[in-house]
Formats: sequence, C-alpha cells, structure tokens
Amino acid sequence: MRNLNFGYGISRPRAIDMDNNDLRKSNAIIAEMPELQACIGCGSCTASCTAGNITNFNFRKLHTAVRRGEYRGAYEELNKCMLCGKCRLVCPRGINTRAMIMLIKRKLGDL
Amino acid sequence: MRRASWQEYQKDIASDKYYYARSCIRQNFFPGSERAFLDILHNDLGIDVFDDPLHTSCTGIGYHSDVVPLETIMTVVARQFALMAEAGYENFISSCITSFGIYNEVLATWEEFPETEERTRKYLKEATGRELVKPRSIAHTSDIMFHHRQAIARKAKLRLVNRHTGEPLKVVEHIGCHYAKIFPKSGIGGSEFPYVLAGMIEAWGGDVVDYPERRHCCGFGFRNYLVQANRGSSVANSHKKLESMAPYKPDFIVANCPGCAMFLDKWQYAIAEMEGMTYGADGRGIPVLTYEEMAGLVLGYDPWELGMQMHQVDVEPLLDKMGVEYSPEAKYLGAGGKYIGKPADVAVNCFDQRRIYEIKR
Repeated sequence: MRNLNFGYGISRPRAIDMDNNDLRKSNAIIAEMPELQACIGCGSCTASCTAGNITNFNFRKLHTAVRRGEYRGAYEELNKCMLCGKCRLVCPRGINTRAMIMLIKRKLGDL
Repeated sequence: MRRASWQEYQKDIASDKYYYARSCIRQNFFPGSERAFLDILHNDLGIDVFDDPLHTSCTGIGYHSDVVPLETIMTVVARQFALMAEAGYENFISSCITSFGIYNEVLATWEEFPETEERTRKYLKEATGRELVKPRSIAHTSDIMFHHRQAIARKAKLRLVNRHTGEPLKVVEHIGCHYAKIFPKSGIGGSEFPYVLAGMIEAWGGDVVDYPERRHCCGFGFRNYLVQANRGSSVANSHKKLESMAPYKPDFIVANCPGCAMFLDKWQYAIAEMEGMTYGADGRGIPVLTYEEMAGLVLGYDPWELGMQMHQVDVEPLLDKMGVEYSPEAKYLGAGGKYIGKPADVAVNCFDQRRIYEIKR
C-alpha cells in the first residue's frame, strides 16, 4: 500500500451543510424543550459561566452547533459543565439552560 | 444552456489577424495545446495568427505573488503591445487566463488613471526605445475558438457523442476566475454565466453539466499554493468541485485556464493517493482537457500529437467513447519515435477497487 504524504492534507470546509447534517437529534431536543428557539444568542449564559471562566466551554456556541446538527465533540464538551445554574439566572428569555444541558447530554449520549 | 443571461455580456472579437501571446506555464502542463491552437487556426481555418518569439511572460505570477511591482508589470505589458504594433497587428490574443486578466487590468488602470499610462510610456521608451500602441481588441484564445466554433463544427470529423450509446457526452466546463470575475464585461456571458466553453461544447454535440459548484475556483490562485503549508486549502477547492460534479457522472472536464486544467487534473492524483477517492467511472479519475485538445479531437487530430499523454488522468476511456483512432503503443513516443518514459501506475488511473480500498484503510 502507498499512502503518500505530500506534506499537507485536504482542508475541510467550515461551511454549515444543512443539506447533509442529520437533524433528527436536534429536532428531538427542540420538540422536548421548544423554548430553546426563544434564544436570542445574547451570550449571557456563556459570560456568567463558571466553567467558561476556567476552560473554553461555551454554551451558546455549543447549543447553536447542536441545533444545526453538528454534534461532534458536543457531549464531551458538555461534561465541563458543573450544573451550577448561574446561566439560568441571567437568561433574559427565561430558558431553563441547566435542564437544556441535561437534555442535550441525554439525547447525544445515546449517539 | 437554458439561461439566456450570457447574451447580455458580449464583446467584439476580431475574425482574423491575431497577435498571439503565449502562456509561460502552459508549455509545461499541456505542451501540445498552444501548437494545436496555431495549427487549427492556420491549417484548418486559414486564419492569420502571428506567433512572436520576441514577447515575454506577462509576469502575472510574480505580480499576484507580490514580487513584481505594478509599474514593472505595466511596462512589460506595454512592451508586448509595442511588439504587436511593430509586427503590424492590432488584435491581441492571449493564451493564458492570468495574462488575459492582467492585460484587461492594466488597460483599465490606464483608463482610470491616465498618469500611470504616461509613466509607463516613459519607462518603456527609456528601457526599450519602443512606443506604446494600445490594441484595437483584446481577447482570450478561448474567445477565438468560441468565435470560430461553427466553422470548426462544419469541419468536424468527430462529435462529442458517445459512439456506444449515441448519447451526447456529459461535459463539465470550468472557466478560469481571471477570465470574467475581475471584469465581467471582458468575458462572453459575464462572470456568472460564462458561455465561452459551453458554446463550444454545444456546437460540437456535447451536453454541459450544470452542477452546484460550477463557478467555484479550482484553488490555483498563486498565493494559495505557493507555500506548501497552504496547499491543503488549495486542494480543498478542487475537492469541493469534484465532489459536487461526480454525481452527474461527467465524461470529461474542459477548462480554459492553464492553472485550472492542471489543478483539476493533478489534484485528482493527489486526492486519490491521499484518500483513495476517485470521481470518474470504474474507479478512475475524470479526464481533464484544454479547449484546444477538445477542438483537436473533434477535428480528428492524433491525441498524442496534442500532448494528451502528459495528462495525469488517462484519457483513453474518453478516446474510446468518442471513437478516436489512436495507437496505444505510440503513447510514450516523443518526437522522432524516441521513448519518453512511462510513469508508474497510480491510484487515479487504477480501476481495481481493491487498490482504492487499501488506500482508504
């Protein structure tokens, strides 16, 4: 076998491919907690996050990716959350973010 | 071609008496194509084309890589135009898409900023003693081939038709970015629906494949690949196009830019070796032709005379589909029957699926 190394690989695009992403898990999450659709992406959850202060955990980025059907690494990332619930206190849309994290973990844990 | 938008973008193309500016890199990538262009125009169509040995590279590669300053490239371009006038011609045609973009860009700059033209005239006079005379018309050689496509169709010995099924061949056309994306009015059909290659394909009996990434860049662009570490991004562009066109099962790709034809051909080799992925039928690659080679095949030229043995992806499956007569033994015989060497077997020309699976594993 000859698997040649040219000194570079093929860069993967960063485009969001909604045609090919599998949205079944995402749809199931939104069906169970439709209030996630009320998120305005203000980032208060991430700004007030204890885990986000000491790691690069970013809940806003993460749930946005999950809603687009981009699940890779999301479950592992969610393990950084300590479930303190500060994000829930500051959410201007009143979303139960802690419950949301548990829901996403439950759904993606089955992957 | 269902859309008629291309008709809004037209330009005057001269019918005869061309001054031919060669490409600096095409001679290496597709060495028979420029010769074929001159032969087709001279011998088949009886048109006057002057192939001037005095002209130089337009220095576009250096310009786009930031090693050639604007004043220098303007003076080089002015010298090409001066040579054209000295030879008694007015219609400048360029074989390279990058050069075509450069000539249009320099002419537009002189138009917008007349002081740069004055400076260039002075530099040209000081450096060479020549006088700048601007061309009456400027065109890419694919424009010329497009212009004479019906005359070529009338002389055609073969058509772009699968002789086994009688169906038109499915052809992917790829237009170099610098053809019309810089100055849409400079290209036939503009930047969005360039018709220059599609017109030839339709006139010679083929079907144009309209696939989602049809207007995507091949990834050539000089900065994109000059540094080895950046080539992952460069190959990703061709990869995206090949992934997008493969479901339409094209019989071949035709391009009008030296870099595009080279990249779409050679990246298929790189992708097959890196990831074991091929995009053509039977686990092979998709042959990539220049428009001169396509015209040459239609006119009955010998494929090895056209230099098609220099392609990375083997063209024999296409030649068989079209019914081109060729000698397999003569493939690697150069001028005077001298053996030029045969390349090693590569995954992109391998129809053995096991080989592909081995690479994937």
